[in-house]
Amino acid sequence: MRVLDSIRFRIVTLFQRSKVNAEMEEELRSHIAHRADDLERSGLIRTEAERRARVEFGGREKYKEEIRQTAGGNSINTFKQDLRFSLRVLRKSPGFTITAVLTLTLAIGANAVVFGVLNALILRPLNVPQAERLFVIQHGSDVASHSYPDYLDLRQRNQSFDDVAVFAIGQSGLDAGKDPSNVWQYETSGNYFDVLRIRPYIGRFFHASDEHGPNSAPYVVLSYAYWHSHFQDDRTVVGRVVRLNKHPFTILGVAPPGFQGTILFFASDIFVPIVNHEQLYGDKNLKARGIHWMFEMVGRLKPGVTAAQATADLNSVDSYLKKSYPKEESNDPYTLARPGLHGDYLNGPTRAFLTGLMLLAGLILLAACANLGSLFAARAADRSREVALRLALGSSRNRILRQLLTESALLSLAGGVTGLVASILLLRRLSVWQPFPRFPLHVPVSPDAGVYLVALVLALMSGVLFGIVPAHQILRANPYEIVKAGSTGVFGRRITVRDVLLVVQIAICAVLVTSSIVAVRGLMRSMHSNFGFEPRNAMLVDTDLTTAGYSGERVPAMQRRMIDALQAIPGVDSVGSVNYPPLEPPGTWQGLVYTDTTEDLSPSNAAADPNMFNISPDYFRASGTALLAGRAFTWHDDTNAPRVAVVNREFASEILGSVPDAVGRYFKLRDGARVRVVGLVEDGKYANLTEGQKPAMFFPLLQSPASWIWLVVRSSRDPQELAAAMRSALRDIDPGMALAIRPWSTELGGTLFPSRMATVSLGVLGMMGAMLSFTGIFGMAAYSVSKRLRELGIRIALGAKRKEVLQAALGRPLRLLVFGSAAGLVLGLLATRVLAYIVYQATPRDPLVLAGVVLAMSLLGLVATWVPAQRALSVNPLVLLREE
Amino acid sequence: MTDQAQLLPGTLDLLILRAVSLGPLHGYGILLRIGQISANALLIEQGALYPGLFRLLRQGLLKASSGTSENNRRAKFYELTAAGRKRLQQETASWNRLAGAIAAALGPQPEEV
Repeated sequence: MRVLDSIRFRIVTLFQRSKVNAEMEEELRSHIAHRADDLERSGLIRTEAERRARVEFGGREKYKEEIRQTAGGNSINTFKQDLRFSLRVLRKSPGFTITAVLTLTLAIGANAVVFGVLNALILRPLNVPQAERLFVIQHGSDVASHSYPDYLDLRQRNQSFDDVAVFAIGQSGLDAGKDPSNVWQYETSGNYFDVLRIRPYIGRFFHASDEHGPNSAPYVVLSYAYWHSHFQDDRTVVGRVVRLNKHPFTILGVAPPGFQGTILFFASDIFVPIVNHEQLYGDKNLKARGIHWMFEMVGRLKPGVTAAQATADLNSVDSYLKKSYPKEESNDPYTLARPGLHGDYLNGPTRAFLTGLMLLAGLILLAACANLGSLFAARAADRSREVALRLALGSSRNRILRQLLTESALLSLAGGVTGLVASILLLRRLSVWQPFPRFPLHVPVSPDAGVYLVALVLALMSGVLFGIVPAHQILRANPYEIVKAGSTGVFGRRITVRDVLLVVQIAICAVLVTSSIVAVRGLMRSMHSNFGFEPRNAMLVDTDLTTAGYSGERVPAMQRRMIDALQAIPGVDSVGSVNYPPLEPPGTWQGLVYTDTTEDLSPSNAAADPNMFNISPDYFRASGTALLAGRAFTWHDDTNAPRVAVVNREFASEILGSVPDAVGRYFKLRDGARVRVVGLVEDGKYANLTEGQKPAMFFPLLQSPASWIWLVVRSSRDPQELAAAMRSALRDIDPGMALAIRPWSTELGGTLFPSRMATVSLGVLGMMGAMLSFTGIFGMAAYSVSKRLRELGIRIALGAKRKEVLQAALGRPLRLLVFGSAAGLVLGLLATRVLAYIVYQATPRDPLVLAGVVLAMSLLGLVATWVPAQRALSVNPLVLLREE
Repeated sequence: MTDQAQLLPGTLDLLILRAVSLGPLHGYGILLRIGQISANALLIEQGALYPGLFRLLRQGLLKASSGTSENNRRAKFYELTAAGRKRLQQETASWNRLAGAIAAALGPQPEEV
């Protein structure tokens, strides 16, 4: 009852604020009038009586305020007052306000961006119903290692999944009447959409019931984006027949917007049933148990089955498979991974990198808070006289703290909002950005409520964090002392919170600066390291003869014609071909090899799993790979000649046992063929830049044909001119062939992408760190000078030299800078051990890095203290002493 | 004036309740009544009365209505609610207990006699 009353009362007072105020005023006035009546009756004249009554009553405002506080519902009013006052205070010092808001914008923006990416790629599951029950099935940590027969067995024999779907990624030529173009496609099992439980946007999907043996389901489902861009949202496409690799396929429907396949990075254009693979590509891969070409296997767990139970179940299927097909099955045990980032292949590194980045962004925010905290503390010290006055006039300490917190919350909210807006703009840009021209790769990061919430919470948290820094100053303040003594106070006598904050902040910033310099150095080195080929002055042509309609014997003949045609272009030094160039994402081809003496060719006896390239005779010359011994191939190394190979040094020492005598030795392949080594080439980088020395072997094109080849053209001619000449030469042979011609160094961009990305992010964070430490030192130095202006004036008047004045004014901030930088440098060098995993050749033991950090920090210190130093030196003692 | 006693914290509310227990009063009237029943022995700041009144009003121990005073001025009149009356009894009893205990403790002890 009483509670209800109280609530009602609060609500009433809340809504009738002005009325209540008026009543309160009237009541107090009535009181004074009554008192005056009494006094008048005792003989005073009316005016004197009224004056006396008012005096006796005491501080009317104070009591009104007390009443308002008693009313409780009052907090909103107080808040409004605080808000107004804070706005006024902030407007009065625009420099401080702008610095604070900008600092926060940077810090919160950085956090929101990193969190946005983290959220989109790792925290948020696939955009399908009950995504948490979906798992990717992988062998060990290898996600793309299933054959189609394996999949059929697994799907049938497992007990733990509602259903399992599989898909492979490929390219095909799609002809919808005009403008035939290459599209990226998922070849999926019929149940794919049913496992994911998604519904078509229009038309229908294909289902398991549509599969009736090989080539029985000539259907295609379009992705929403492809339908939108290539069919202009035409709803009548359902039922239309298009040609895929020249075969008729019927469009069944369009996938919902936002769904582009099970891999977040990779936007597929179309989906076709995998049972029609043979029709599309003319190979027998669907029946081959030994060919592990499935890109991903995705299963939906039955209700109540845990991931661990499912893994055990899968491995019992695995042991059955290993027993039944000992020759083909050699993989690691089955494991489960989250879908979306291609199992552990991308999940691991992406997660590690983003977590690291998040940590650094958090550090930025912390540094910003420390920065603002010390600024706030300094301001609070400056305002101690104001605070003291307010205390003396009867304001409560709570009220003053509250007002200061309102100020900091206001700043942090302003910074948070601008930071969020900036991050949203950046994330939007990131979402439409395609880092690799050749692949439909992009980063789908649309900020959602989670991002907004995190930014807001971070902003408020940091507001409170730097807002409470000056709290103890306020709480300790003794109004009478301060009013009496003025605000000079004690300065420079002992270690204050501000000093600690500044050192912490500078240390954090030095960590950031160190890691960004390490990353940049690493990238620079990786650009200039030995790849085992020379990307400069080389052009790559990416062709796929299958999608152009070539097969069987016509493939090598056509390839030779293309090489000859390019060779004939004036200014071309050499032309070679390779089935897949080294360092081209997503990775290289590999094949098991055995020493010559191995009899039992089961996978466990293999000597190694080297990178494998099928090349034309002139490839080494065209790619700039140094031949160390023996010979390269000729066009006579064909199916009629004995099988030969060229290997790299690592292969020679690891498998053949000797580098100098490698040429002439033999090794064995999986199919039992003996291969003679005829040449030795230098080591290189094959799959990625951070790998160690890996064995590699090269086979002649004519002995192991491939339909997908890349032509390598070495020429010192201008790339654009050369590309045009190459295009017309190739068009003369076959006008209908899809071609992509690019300089090799451009193509390498994809390989360098992760380390570039890391470098750019770290570089940006390092810059932010530098800026923060700049404002921090500047603020501290400027404050220190302004605080001691009078003292400095006296010193100058007494004949102090410039050096002594500077030492007195700036010695402390500079000492703190040195201390903080040293601490940050040590921490940063420790942290680069972690960096080395991401950034190629990131080594902290690099004199240039050390020198760079020291230089950067001292430069920062110098510039940041320059203005305050000038001010300290230009002190005019006369003016100063007259003023105070 | 100097022989007036400072109010103990919390006792003002009790005095207000007691003052209005005899009939509705306006603010100044309450002040006068307290002076009267305490024989002017207590020092009460005039303004301090109102936060107390407001507090009691909020707690539902008092209710207020506007009216006209004996001086023919508009004023707000306070009177006890049922809850207020009950509270007054409780507080009076507990005050008496406390006062008795203090008086006993501070009074002449056997060994001092």
